[in-house]
Amino acid sequence: MFDVIKNSRQRQFIFLFFIFLILYFFIPKNENSYLWRLPPLLKNIPLMFNALLDNLMFNWFTIPIWDPDWQMYEDKTLFRIVTRSISNSVLFFIIFIREIFLGGYQTVSAVLGDGLTKTFSWLYLPALPWTAVVIGAALIGYKLEGIRLAVIAGIGFFYVSVFGQWEPSMQTLSLVLFTAPVCFILGLSLGIWGYLSKRVEAALQPILNVAQTMPHFSYLVPIVVLFGVGDHAGSIATIIFATPPMVRLTILGLKKISPEVIESGLMSGCNKFQLLFRVLIPTARRDILIGVNQVIMQCLAMTTIAAFIGAKGLGFNLKVALNSLKIGKAAEIGICVVIIAVVLDKLSLAWANKQKDYFANLSFFQRNRLSIFFIFLTIICSIVAVISSYYFPKGFNYLYLIPFNKGLTVSPILDAFVDWIWNTFFYYLNTFNIFLLTNVLGPMKQAYLNMPVVSTFVLFMGAGYIIGGIRSCLIVGSLILFIALSEYWDRTLITLYMATFAVGVSAISGIVVGSLCAQNEFASKSILSLCDFFQTFPSFIYLIPVILLFGITDTSVMIAAIVYASVPATRYTVEGLRSVPPSLHDAGSMSGVSKMQRWRLIDLPLALPHIMLGINQTVIFALMMIVLGALIGTEDLGQLIMGSLSRPNGAGIGFTLGIFISFICLAVDNLIRTWADERKKLLGIN
Amino acid sequence: MLNDSLSSNLEPVIKCESVFKIFGNNANKLLENSNGPISAEEFQKAGCIIGVNNASFEIHKGEMLVVMGLSGSGKSTLLRCISRLTDPTSGKIFIDGENLLEMNSKQLIELRRNKMGMVFQSFALLPHKTVLENIAFPLIIKGLPTDASISKAMEMVELVGLKGRENYFPRELSGGQQQRVGIARSLAVEPDIWFLDEPFSALDPLIRKEMQDEFLRLQDSLHKTIMFVTHDFDEALRLADRIAIMKDGIIEQLDTPDNIVLNPATEYVKKFTEDVPREKVLKIESIMTTYEPSMAGSNTVFKDAIIETVAESILDSKENLTVIDTEQQNKPVGILEPSKVIKVLFGK
Repeated sequence: MFDVIKNSRQRQFIFLFFIFLILYFFIPKNENSYLWRLPPLLKNIPLMFNALLDNLMFNWFTIPIWDPDWQMYEDKTLFRIVTRSISNSVLFFIIFIREIFLGGYQTVSAVLGDGLTKTFSWLYLPALPWTAVVIGAALIGYKLEGIRLAVIAGIGFFYVSVFGQWEPSMQTLSLVLFTAPVCFILGLSLGIWGYLSKRVEAALQPILNVAQTMPHFSYLVPIVVLFGVGDHAGSIATIIFATPPMVRLTILGLKKISPEVIESGLMSGCNKFQLLFRVLIPTARRDILIGVNQVIMQCLAMTTIAAFIGAKGLGFNLKVALNSLKIGKAAEIGICVVIIAVVLDKLSLAWANKQKDYFANLSFFQRNRLSIFFIFLTIICSIVAVISSYYFPKGFNYLYLIPFNKGLTVSPILDAFVDWIWNTFFYYLNTFNIFLLTNVLGPMKQAYLNMPVVSTFVLFMGAGYIIGGIRSCLIVGSLILFIALSEYWDRTLITLYMATFAVGVSAISGIVVGSLCAQNEFASKSILSLCDFFQTFPSFIYLIPVILLFGITDTSVMIAAIVYASVPATRYTVEGLRSVPPSLHDAGSMSGVSKMQRWRLIDLPLALPHIMLGINQTVIFALMMIVLGALIGTEDLGQLIMGSLSRPNGAGIGFTLGIFISFICLAVDNLIRTWADERKKLLGIN
Repeated sequence: MLNDSLSSNLEPVIKCESVFKIFGNNANKLLENSNGPISAEEFQKAGCIIGVNNASFEIHKGEMLVVMGLSGSGKSTLLRCISRLTDPTSGKIFIDGENLLEMNSKQLIELRRNKMGMVFQSFALLPHKTVLENIAFPLIIKGLPTDASISKAMEMVELVGLKGRENYFPRELSGGQQQRVGIARSLAVEPDIWFLDEPFSALDPLIRKEMQDEFLRLQDSLHKTIMFVTHDFDEALRLADRIAIMKDGIIEQLDTPDNIVLNPATEYVKKFTEDVPREKVLKIESIMTTYEPSMAGSNTVFKDAIIETVAESILDSKENLTVIDTEQQNKPVGILEPSKVIKVLFGK
């Protein structure tokens, strides 16, 4: 019998599950038994983390600094001085960009000082009227790509202005316009460094893994402790989250370059700099641009979360709207975020793809016609704005600036729609909701909580051993051990149960939808662009419609997580299935397979490694959304992380729990990746 | 050949002295203990992989050396040693008398910017640049102003027959067209030395033939010093002034195409030459006997005519033919018996 088990991986898993079940049912539920729960040996980690931060900020390496106000030396810690000066410089840039967008008179006085502007009254410049900015955006779009992008940019900014979100939008935009370039430069440099040095890459890898899988909330408090509250803190949190994909994609892109291209650069006589900036980076442009796109998306996804630590803008308003359950308002603001994301994304892409024309022999006017056009139209818009101020003598000059919340709004209609849904479908939705909670989620949660710690370990480490040998077994085991030795094991189990459910449903729906769509070219393309579209939504946007339908329950979070996490599962399924070579299909057809057989016997086995990488993403996405779900109330780790935001010593707990979530992701990642790599090698796919 | 006798007095453009390239950790130890070529067993014992094994040769100005070998024979490695894209493990390489291996990176860059051009098997074009920008790339790297670079690049576009496509991106071109861009790029800085690493291997047979003709046409007017790597023996015969045949890093034979076909040095070389249609390769001079006025006939034939092209008229002739040399004012240089041609055509 053991020979059979030795030879078939499938049977190994069945055997493992069998042992798991035996342990599950035979280990008694006894709080004092180490088989049931491990002792919380590591419960002091949050405290130690707090002490470390505290020491760094208030005790370590003090230097006396002359304080002119008090006319005396004051002891300040070096670390605090460093972090505060970082905060101040970041804040300076954000405010500077913001001034340009919203300023006018303020900008002038910020640059020249109050004195001049008070003396010369003509310096009292108003900011640009919104009409001029809309035209400007459209013209930039036109210059970069053409009429299509002009329309997108124009309509985008028009919407933002007309719906009265101008000011918060520009606040958000100024945050993004500072943060995104920083992420880009930082990510690109780290990526290049990692490409040039194997050792650096090896050192970067685990840091990137943790930074990318840690829920945003968990490092908010440490950041507040280090950098204070405000736009700069939001920006720094965003940088931590948005840089890793940039680094990763840079390394990936550079590694893909064929050695002959590098040789051709060398033979053209490139020195190191020219090789890097003229050959390597431009050739890896495709991947680097995907990185830029990711950075912009992550920046906008972080806006709401950054609002928790004082960033101004759309995120803050969205948070307020969500908290007071103004669904219509929230949806409007959400659309603004999506619009800014889409416009920025398209503009940056078009800018990178812009081609140079060497033979165009243009006159000064031809070359600058768009700029001249813009100046001309700005003047007209300004005149219109001045004239219109006579029409709107009291209140607001709508042709100059539409103030916050005074623009068009469809939120009453949306709210009415929500009410209508509630009134009409409440019974059905509620029945479904209660059914799910009492018959599926509730029992599942209990089953997870009844799991002895030893059986959990056997399951995970056993899977690790079967898939990747002793190495994977130990890696997975130690990652989980770290969590099991804390006080939060039960909470982790709740998180795990939610994640399992969400991942299970997303994976099934993703694979089914993906497989159906992969059957023909058009459907594949459509579903892939739909996935692209869904991924431009910042994650919290998904919460809006589910609250609308299911209220504040576990179901809402679950459904948001399922929808959000289905995206990678679907995408990878389609990609995987489409990459099966057509010659294999022909071979299958000639052997007389039916469509179903082809899918089961040819397509699926070949695409499975790629699909599993999608499931890997699904796990990360689902966990992210579940933690984010704490915004609307759950009782897992996420809720504790959220709670840590408002606690005086929350930094340690928030950070530690974030690491836990990250470790769960990493354990799953290790298992799936090891399996997929081995499988790909076996099938000869690279 | 005439070229040889003239230029052998001059300094060779490229000169290699027992160049070794060995991959693996024990390479240096292996070299210390040996003299001359190292055997395959020794490499295996030391856990090393051989790239180039004791290569010594010279290439003269205006000469085209074709390095022929199957995959893994070390031909591309040899080329990369001479362009110093990889550093040889030992040996000496001189470019115009200067020691290549002692150059620092600055000198090397200067050398590549001014003297060397290289064409790659997979074209190695920059995907984000247009045809024109790709060709202008080495010039811009060199520091030429954009205007000058672009107009020079435009000349090159015309030279390789891509006019009208200068604003295309590489992905919009066929393989043959892409390689034309590669060729134009490598020639843009007007290098003396031209390296070609299997430039036509990735192309369809018909296109390959067309590109070979094009290449010969270019070389006719440019007279570059060329090192050309290929795995195709027919291509080597068609193009080469001299051929170096490589196996397992060792140059098995280095000679003119005629001599290789007529006198293969090793069994390995013989395998290639066996199936070669000799009449398509050999020239009259390689089967003529020395000139003796008494035996000369009235009909004449040119010394460097390929046998196949003149075979019919030779066989029609009843008497011996006089071989004349166009380069020496049609001076008779040899005698040809028609029966020799029959032997070449049908004999073994």
